[in-house]
Order: sequence, then structure tokens, then C-alpha cells
Amino acid sequence: MAKNIFTQENFAKLDVVIAKHKGQRGALMPILHEAQKIFGCVPLEVQKKVSEELNMPLAEIYGVVTFYSQFTLEPKGDYVIGVCLGTACYVKGAQKLIDKIKELAKVEVDGTSADGKFSLVATRCIGACGLAPVLTVNEDVYGRLVESDVPGIIAKY
Amino acid sequence: MELYRSHVLICGGTGCTSSGSKSIEQAFNEELEKHNLAKEVKLVRTGCFGLCEAGPIVIVYPEGSFYSHVKVEDIARITEEHLLKGRIVTDLLFKEAVVEDQIRSINEVDFYKKQQRVALRNCGVIDPEDITEYIAFDGYKALAKVLTEMSREEVIETIKKSGLRGRGGGGFPSGLKWEFTYKAQGDQKYVACNADEGDPGAFMDRSVLEGDPHALIEAMAIAAYAVGSNQGYVYVRAEYPIAVDRLQIAINQAREYGLLGKGIFGTDFEFDLEIKLGAGAFVCGEETALLNSIEGKRGMPRPRPPFPAIKGLWEKPTLLNNVETYANVPQIILNGAEWFANIGTEKSKGTKVFALGGKINNTGLLEIPMGTTLREVIFEIGGGIPNGKEFKAVQTGGPSGGCIPASCLDTPIDYDNLISLGSMMGSGGMIVMDEDNCMVDIARFFLDFTVDESCGKCPPCRIGTKRMLELLDKITEGHGEVGDIEKLEKLAENIKASSLCGLGQTAPNPVLSALRYFREEFEAHVYHKQCPAGVCQGLLNFHITDGCKGCTLCTKACPVNAISGEKKELHVIDTDKCVKCGACVDKCPFKAIIKK
Amino acid sequence: MKSIAELAKIREEALKKVDIRHDREGTRIVVGMATCGISAGARPVLMQLVEEVKTRNLQEVIVSQTGCIGVCRLEPIIEVYRPGEEKVTYVEMTPEKAKRIVAEHIVNGKVIDEYTIGAAK
Repeated sequence: MAKNIFTQENFAKLDVVIAKHKGQRGALMPILHEAQKIFGCVPLEVQKKVSEELNMPLAEIYGVVTFYSQFTLEPKGDYVIGVCLGTACYVKGAQKLIDKIKELAKVEVDGTSADGKFSLVATRCIGACGLAPVLTVNEDVYGRLVESDVPGIIAKY
Repeated sequence: MELYRSHVLICGGTGCTSSGSKSIEQAFNEELEKHNLAKEVKLVRTGCFGLCEAGPIVIVYPEGSFYSHVKVEDIARITEEHLLKGRIVTDLLFKEAVVEDQIRSINEVDFYKKQQRVALRNCGVIDPEDITEYIAFDGYKALAKVLTEMSREEVIETIKKSGLRGRGGGGFPSGLKWEFTYKAQGDQKYVACNADEGDPGAFMDRSVLEGDPHALIEAMAIAAYAVGSNQGYVYVRAEYPIAVDRLQIAINQAREYGLLGKGIFGTDFEFDLEIKLGAGAFVCGEETALLNSIEGKRGMPRPRPPFPAIKGLWEKPTLLNNVETYANVPQIILNGAEWFANIGTEKSKGTKVFALGGKINNTGLLEIPMGTTLREVIFEIGGGIPNGKEFKAVQTGGPSGGCIPASCLDTPIDYDNLISLGSMMGSGGMIVMDEDNCMVDIARFFLDFTVDESCGKCPPCRIGTKRMLELLDKITEGHGEVGDIEKLEKLAENIKASSLCGLGQTAPNPVLSALRYFREEFEAHVYHKQCPAGVCQGLLNFHITDGCKGCTLCTKACPVNAISGEKKELHVIDTDKCVKCGACVDKCPFKAIIKK
Repeated sequence: MKSIAELAKIREEALKKVDIRHDREGTRIVVGMATCGISAGARPVLMQLVEEVKTRNLQEVIVSQTGCIGVCRLEPIIEVYRPGEEKVTYVEMTPEKAKRIVAEHIVNGKVIDEYTIGAAK
């Protein structure tokens, strides 16, 4: 079940962030980064608020949000599984990891499982090429994986 | 001051942190406490040592003992044996650190012996979160020299004479860039650092940020003095949280010590630095797109000219270099332009850091003088290909580069040689492929990447790369037709010629270089419907070998009833019915089902 | 940071913390730190040596440790390796003796015969 993210508390946090950056040059990106952290995404409601406060066209903000892969319009699952599809991981079989996760966590690439527990993303190189193939679950990093390691990792969460 | 008789260096780079170096640090803390050694032995968390394959890495000084693949369970033994009793735990050392029963220190191991560390000199040696350690290793001496002894023109002249070229990809002479920005008219100028290391398979900039962040701060201050700026920006990928943290700590410490701010070294020079976070867009590594992103806009490239040196951030003259380029600057100032120009080849001076990955024994980060051959890097430093497989190609330059085959392995590495091979230096990713990698599939992989990352501003890149990807999809799925290869080539040439920025102009390189050296693989896919490396699913058929004992497990597993055969007799797969799901392969206890 | 002198001072201080990590080819003082050595009191000897080397700012000297040297009854034992000279083995060490060795042997190059293994009975 989707959580209500539009709480007063969250908007109050957003106000603080906007107040901190308002007037700085290039303030939009840091505000969006914070908003993504606070709300777990940057939906239209949040963009409208930012637009009013910064006196900036909503279209411009929407343009920036949709341009960068770190900002999302919808909330992600509790655990975001990122499978690195950088070159080193790819040549060492990262695609097989993705297929296995799709099957086990019942989630599509760039999607979220029905119970809102897992999201799966194919990330760009995270720079741990020495340990390829690599996957991340939120902050945890798992390296030197083979397909059969996947069930154990999923079971941890 | 406290005295320590031993230093234990634990790698805190992203690679080793992923392999569990944090819990190792904790275990050491507990063990040292237990044996009452906390006052005698110092623990230091450093940046990346480079040999990520052997991680987590622990180095014990003064002996220089190099422990690799360290596990939490090993800590008690290292503490009791080595730190307490002084007996190096030989069986836990890096495999190459013990030769004919002689223990060698870290600097004598093959992986490090051929290297020459300039940009990475402090990585894995100092504690990146302690500014005084950087100062101990001659840190901020170059800045002091520049501010008190050198004119702005002399600094620029030194960089020019050193022959330093941009390490981010293009290889543009850095001194010229500095001079353009210096000469540009403007009431305000900026210096910026490109730390948006987007090339998959390259992580040297992250290592410098994590292992030696003050080197970047010092270099940017020097650059700011030279071009006449008082404000700098470092644009870092949001995917590098450890690097961002360490850089922020370093900036704060530099401010505290008065190395950033007003009146640095008692002169009237002032300079401050701010971190700007990227948000996951590869194109932002392109310099004009990066400037847009810092300004808080969509990271789309601007037409050049005007170049950033004339009109950069907020329309003001801006000097933009990448992390590794900057990391060389303090060394050039301290040791002189001639010293730097003596390293390397005629047109490519100094050293270059490469991230070695893929099918290679010693994956990791290494820094070599320009002019070292690919063979030395891959077979001597890299330790060759694992599992006795055959080397096929090495990919350099990421999605803008190309694959270099075995026949070109003796080429000395420099900017111009790599370009003439149809690849490029790029930021220094080096991915090794063996006989099991399909070159058509790899070309498709890179195109998939560029299609995803194309910003969409100009049609040749937005539409052209998409069409190329469709053609490659068609070929790898086994539907290639006569004429497709030629179509690919033509498209590639057009995209190269007409795209707005570097991303589009170089996007076809992986395909063109694969066609140049591995055309027969493309032809096998198109004309014979075969994938010689056995990678492309659409072109493979499953077969049952003589190893079959007739257990019938596969027939039960097959979802489309494509397998037939009597009990205890050889089974057969009907390749027309088979959907290539691979379920039978997983079930077969005798490994008698193969893809061919 | 107001002057180069200030930077040099910080560097001087900090160098003492990290110079253990430099590669050096100078003198090595090795202390036997096996169980026998430790129980005979090798640890204070080792710490004394480290401290002496630091206070005298002997850049080219490494104090290192090793396992059992083999003559347990004469522990604590230290060995001094100087480039181009024979190894000298000192036995039945104490922190005071160690201090003297640094002063006379390491700094002035004069072997203290009475402490050496040859003099021991």
C-alpha cells in the first residue's frame, strides 16, 4: 500500500531546504536532491511548491526532474536493488543477475514489486569494477556475484 | 605527540568497502584493545590501493606487509602473530608477495613495480580525512610556492611546458586552456572540476577524491590563482557518496587551516570551493552540459564556440579540467615542467591512470608512464587472462572508444596511437575481453548505453543511435539481412559527422572499431546465423551430448515438450519447438545439455 | 595559513606521524617479539627504541619486529643491520641499554661490545 508522503511534516522540511538555498545560483539541483530524500520522489505537488517559491516556471522544473535519473516522479520500493550494468559487470554476466532477481523478487526493471518492497534498477557503473559483477541494495554493496548468490541476498530483506 | 611503532593501513575505497573493510577496521580496533596495543599500533583508513581484486587490503608498516582478501576471522591472527610477536602471517599475504619463500613488501609486487604514481601518489598511503598527513607528504607546498614565488604567467608557462594534456578524454593541452581563460575578458572567472566520471569501467577520479582529496583542492587553488578566479566548483556524480563525503571533509579542513578563504599564505589571494552534485546523467561529463547542470538546468550540451574559457558558467570565463588532470598539477609545480615532460612519449607526457577490469586477473587501478604497451599492462601488471582463456580484445575509452585486438597489443599507449587504432584514451577505463565475449553483443551493449544517455537535443544522436541499436538488436537476435552491416557503417559515419557534442560524435566508435577488427563475427551473425562466442541467445541451439543417461528429468522440465527420448536412452531436442529457456540445462544432473 | 613557515611547521610535526610509511634503505633495528621475548620484556625495549629514534629525528632508521631469534635464554634480543656492515646482535636488553645503543651505535657508529651476544655467557 502506498504511504502518504504528502504530510505536513515533509512539506515543512522542504520549506527549510528551500529557505536555505533560495537566492543562491543554481539552487534548483540541490533542492531537488533534498526533496528526493524527503519525499522519496519528486512528484508534481512538490515541483509546484518549488516552482512557487523559486519563482521559476513549472515546465522548467519538470524538465530538470525528468532529465536526471536520480530524480523520480513516483516513490520507489523500500529496498532499491541496483544491478550495475557498467561494462566490467556486463562482460562478467550482470544480465543473468537481473534475470534472477526479476524472477525472485517479482519485479521488472525500473519497476516496483506489487507489495512495494523491492524496486529494481539497472544502474550505470558505480565504480566497483574490480569486484564485478556488483549489485547494491540500498546502501549495501555485494560484489563478485554469481547467479546462485541472488536468492541468499533477496532473502536477507 | 603519540608514538606508534606500527601502522596498519586499511583500504577504505569503494571497492574494499564493498568487500567488507569496515568490519575489518572494527575487528582490528577490538583486537588491539584486547592486547593492549592501541597505543602502539595506529589504524589508518586510506583511499584505494588500486588492486581491488585482492580486496579487502591491509598493509602493515614498517615491514610493508601486504595482506589481501582479509577476512574478519583473520584479524585475531594478524594481531597476535604480526603485531604482537612480529611474525608475518605468510599464508595471508597477497599471493605474489611471497616468492620462493622470500617475503616481499608491497612495492616489490609485480602489480606495483611497473607503475609510476604521480596522480595516485598519496592514494593508499595517507589518511584522506587528515589534512596534516597530506601536508607531511609535501601537500600545499606547491600552492605556497606559486603564491609567494611565481607570477601568474609563470604558472601557466610551467603547465604549458610540462606538456600536460586533459585526462578526461579529449587530451586537449591543459596549459592552453589555462592561457585562454587567463586571457579572456571578464569581471568574474570560475575554475571548475569535472568529477562526473560517467564512463562505465573507469573509477580513477573517484579514487583520487576518496584517497587524496586535498590534491584536488590544492591544484584548483593553483589554477584559480593562475587564471584570476576566486571561486571554484567541483561537479561530482551523486553515485559516489564516499567521495563526496571525503571531499567535503577535506574542504572544511582546508578552510580551517586557512588554505581556502581569504589571504592564503599572507597574500591577497582568496579562493573558495563548492561541491555541486550531479544527478545521474552521463552526458553531463561533456563540458558544456556540465556547466548547464551546475547552473541547475537540464544537462544538455551547448554549441561550441564559444568555449567555456570564454563563456562558461553564468556566461563568465571558466576553466574546466578533470580530477586526474588537476591531480598532476601540484607535482608539476614542485618538480618542474622538465621532470614531467621527461616521462612519457613525444606527444603524450606524464603518466595515465587506468582502471583495469573485465576478464583479467588483477583488476584494479594502475598508473603507468605514457608509452607503456598494452601487452605490458594486460599481461605483466594485469597478470593475464584468468582460467587459461584466450585474450580477444581490450576496450578503451568507454562508450566513446573501441575494441583493440590482440594484433595491436604491442602498441605503446598514448593519445594519438589509441585514436589511430580507432579507439581513444577516454578517461582510462580498460576492459579486457576473452574468447567468451561476443563482439557484436559488446557493440550492442555500448549502443544501448548511448541511446539511453543521449540527451535528445540533436537528431543525429537521438534518432541515429536508436536506428543503429535496432540494427544491432536485429543482428544479435538472428534476423540480420544482407546489407545490414553496410547500413550500420553508413549510419555510423553520418552520426560521427553531424552530432552536436562529443557524446554523439564518438557514439559510433564501438561499432566501427568492432567492424574494423572483428568483421567476420558480424558476418557470421548475419550470413551464417551463428554466434562464434556462444553469447547471442537468438542464434544458439540447445543440444544433448553423449553424456545423457536418459534420466528423463529434462523432458519433465521442458515447458514446450520439445525433448523426446526413452528412459535410459539418449534424448533429443527438437530445435524448432525449443524456446531456448534453458530450463533443461539447469535440471540436467550430468551437464549433458550444451548451447552451440 | 599565513606563511610558508607555518606550513613547514605543520609538515615537520606531521612527518613524524607518517614517515614509518616511507621506503628507506638505512639502518634497521629488529626486536625479537616472540612469546619468549615479550615475557622477557621486549615490549618496553621496542617502545624505547621507537621513541629514541623519533626524538633524535633519525629519518633513515626503521624499528621493526621479528619472531623468535632462537636464543630464548638471552631475550630480549635486538639486531642492528647497518648498510655495508655485519649484523650486530645485542642480548638481554633493557630500555636503558636500548637508549644507549641508539646513542652510541646508531648515531655514532660505535658498537657496544659488552651488550653483544659474543660477550654474553
